[in-house]
Amino acid sequence: MNGDLMVKDLHVSVEGKEILKGLSLEVKKGEVHAIMGPNGSGKSTFANTLMGHPKYEVTSGDILFKGESILEMETDERARAGLFMAFQYPVAIPGLTFGSFLRAALNARIAPSAGEDGKMPTKKGIPPKEFRDLMKKHMAALKMDEKFATRYLNDGFSGGEKKRAEILQMAILKPEIAIMDETDSGLDIDALKIVSEGVNTLSGPDLGVIVITHYNRILNYIKPHKIHVMKDGRIQATGGPELALELESRGYDWVREEVGTR
Amino acid sequence: MSTEPQTDIRDGYAEKYGFHDTEQHVFKSRKGLDEAIVREISQMKGEPEWMLDYRLKALEIFGKKPMPTWGGDVGAIDFQDIYYYVKPTKEEFKSWEDVPEDMKRTFDKLGIPEAEQKFLSGVGAQYDSEVVYHKIQEKLEKQGVIFLSMDHGLQQYPELVKQYFGTVIPSSDNKFAALNSSVWSGGSFIYVPKGVHVDVPLQAYFRINTKDMGQFERTLIIVDEDAYVHYVEGCTAPIYSSDSLHSAVVEIVVKKGGRCRYTTIQNWSNNVYNLVTKRAVAYANATMEWVDGNLGSKLTMKYPAIYMMEPGAHGEVLSIAFAGKGQHQDAGAKAVHCAPNTSSKIISKSISKDGGRAGYRGLVKVMKGAENCRSTVNCDALILDEHSRSDTYPYMEIEEDNVTIGHEATVSKIGDEQLFYLTARGIPEEEAAAMIVSGFIEPVVKELPMEYAVEMNRLIQLQMEGSVG
Ligand SMILES: Nc1ncnc2c1ncn2[C@@H]1O[C@H](COP(=O)(O)OP(=O)(O)OP(=O)(O)O)[C@@H](O)[C@H]1O
Ligand SMILES: [Mg+2]
Repeated sequence: MNGDLMVKDLHVSVEGKEILKGLSLEVKKGEVHAIMGPNGSGKSTFANTLMGHPKYEVTSGDILFKGESILEMETDERARAGLFMAFQYPVAIPGLTFGSFLRAALNARIAPSAGEDGKMPTKKGIPPKEFRDLMKKHMAALKMDEKFATRYLNDGFSGGEKKRAEILQMAILKPEIAIMDETDSGLDIDALKIVSEGVNTLSGPDLGVIVITHYNRILNYIKPHKIHVMKDGRIQATGGPELALELESRGYDWVREEVGTR
Repeated sequence: MSTEPQTDIRDGYAEKYGFHDTEQHVFKSRKGLDEAIVREISQMKGEPEWMLDYRLKALEIFGKKPMPTWGGDVGAIDFQDIYYYVKPTKEEFKSWEDVPEDMKRTFDKLGIPEAEQKFLSGVGAQYDSEVVYHKIQEKLEKQGVIFLSMDHGLQQYPELVKQYFGTVIPSSDNKFAALNSSVWSGGSFIYVPKGVHVDVPLQAYFRINTKDMGQFERTLIIVDEDAYVHYVEGCTAPIYSSDSLHSAVVEIVVKKGGRCRYTTIQNWSNNVYNLVTKRAVAYANATMEWVDGNLGSKLTMKYPAIYMMEPGAHGEVLSIAFAGKGQHQDAGAKAVHCAPNTSSKIISKSISKDGGRAGYRGLVKVMKGAENCRSTVNCDALILDEHSRSDTYPYMEIEEDNVTIGHEATVSKIGDEQLFYLTARGIPEEEAAAMIVSGFIEPVVKELPMEYAVEMNRLIQLQMEGSVG
């Protein structure tokens, strides 16, 4: 069977400049993949393209999710279909509480008809009490203060709090494929452990995860099946955990020298 | 007035508010304004001589005053093409049962009787030029609280009215204040005696039904020492292809230690010129708060003012202005510090979309000798697309050195990244935009009583419908 996510020779431009130049990748549910690569190599571009950010234009290639091309789908449709991205830089939305935001998101996710007419489903979603309990449970696991629910979304959250909030959303929305864009950056060791644990608990037969990272240290906690090295808008090398160690000691340049031109 | 066909593009307005009853009235003046019309209005109301004189003087001032050349475009208003006085019923009623069927149905549809039962302690409902229903809870009446239509106020408390009427906003204040002073009809008269707290809000609802009409309600609120009242007004009108004019004058006196909160949810149809003068004077340690939500109208020019007359007085203006297609909201505030140790706070949130224009025009003034004043002004603008416009005109006139004045202004576009974040969580784009806007106005909405906060968010939702995508 093909992967639940199939990226085929993807070319993506931003403001007329080509950033992804033939990226191919296959991820099955139950797998964990890591993508590593230097700054500016196009990792976030890939994540944003997956979610359908309007600024990123797919010029050729395709993305199949559960066997169907998603290129024509709007961002919100992709999310409701089961794609998730943990943002590298989550934006703040002052005045919108985290709790009410997440409840709206969950209601959209569990109501397949949502958005068909551009509106939220009129039928009631998850009851408030049930939602609060669900959120509390996951917040406890991520060692987040309950007050979070009443704070404004990402507004004044510390770096670590933002990352935890992303994992919390992932836990509650239960995606099928999740791409995590440097969720480990800016975390201290304790937070890194908590976040990794979160990912480990969530991953399983129903979820495929792509972890974008710069650091080997997260690979001490998360064991990817495959590691991909990305450079100049393409996967230049794929391997097992040993590839990460190699990168650690030799940097990214050798990738191009040895395998980059294949 | 303009005959260019116009509809309220705010989806849903037509059905919920934009309908009209078959025209019904017991009297309708001919179109246009002159001395005879003013005399006719006064005579029909059986007013004392001084009020007629007051009206006639105001008419003269109106004739002499030039049209404002700043703010919005009022050039298209044809003062001779307006009905100045449309009397809906022979009298004002104390029971909804007695209100004519059509009118009652209208107010039912607007939810007024229901709100009265649930969370209000008094209601006045004005239909065209006159109040058709007015009632206050007996308990408050016994405490000496007066809540009447302005006309009944004048009939029953002529001395009290005469003492204050026009003292806060003289006819000569501006052209539209003069107009109101000459043809005023309806509005509320409120007196809260010393130390009495009216904890549950009083509400007035203003409804225009007749085409080409001008509504000129006049409100006077006197809050005596250490007393408190929260007054709420709402307004809507049918959608017509020609324009209507709404020009009110609201005067408020808050005495020593008293507090008045005045909340407006303005939701006129997009063919209404809304040109309103609102001003309060606050004495020692008194507090005046204007909470001003402007969502409807073609053009609104409104700058609620507070004159802090004695030490310790405090004034606040919290305002929201939302301009959609074909709308111009020139909203703002005025805080005048006339005494030492007074403080004011202004928060303005304006939103523009689909080519609408919304802005803040405000003045903070500190008179010489008014030491130790504090004032903070925050005005934030949110622009939803590139066709829309926001203006900020924050004027300061500070004649005293020893004061603390803070001013912050931000203008932001609805962030593509914010929209992307929410849609990336499965929330449809339209809903996402509404959530961002609701968040933006949250600092003001949270000041509203729960029922009105819900209403406000619902109206924002209505404004947002069909906005993106
Ligand atoms: N929205 C955008 N507008 C303009 N240029 C962009 C945009 N997004 C990405 N780019 C450009 O595309 C290239 C790849 O950026 P991208 O953010 O995908 O890199 P990255 O691999 O995630 O880097 P980092 O490790 O620093 O996060 C960069 O040159 C960047 O400037
Ligand atoms: Mg990146």
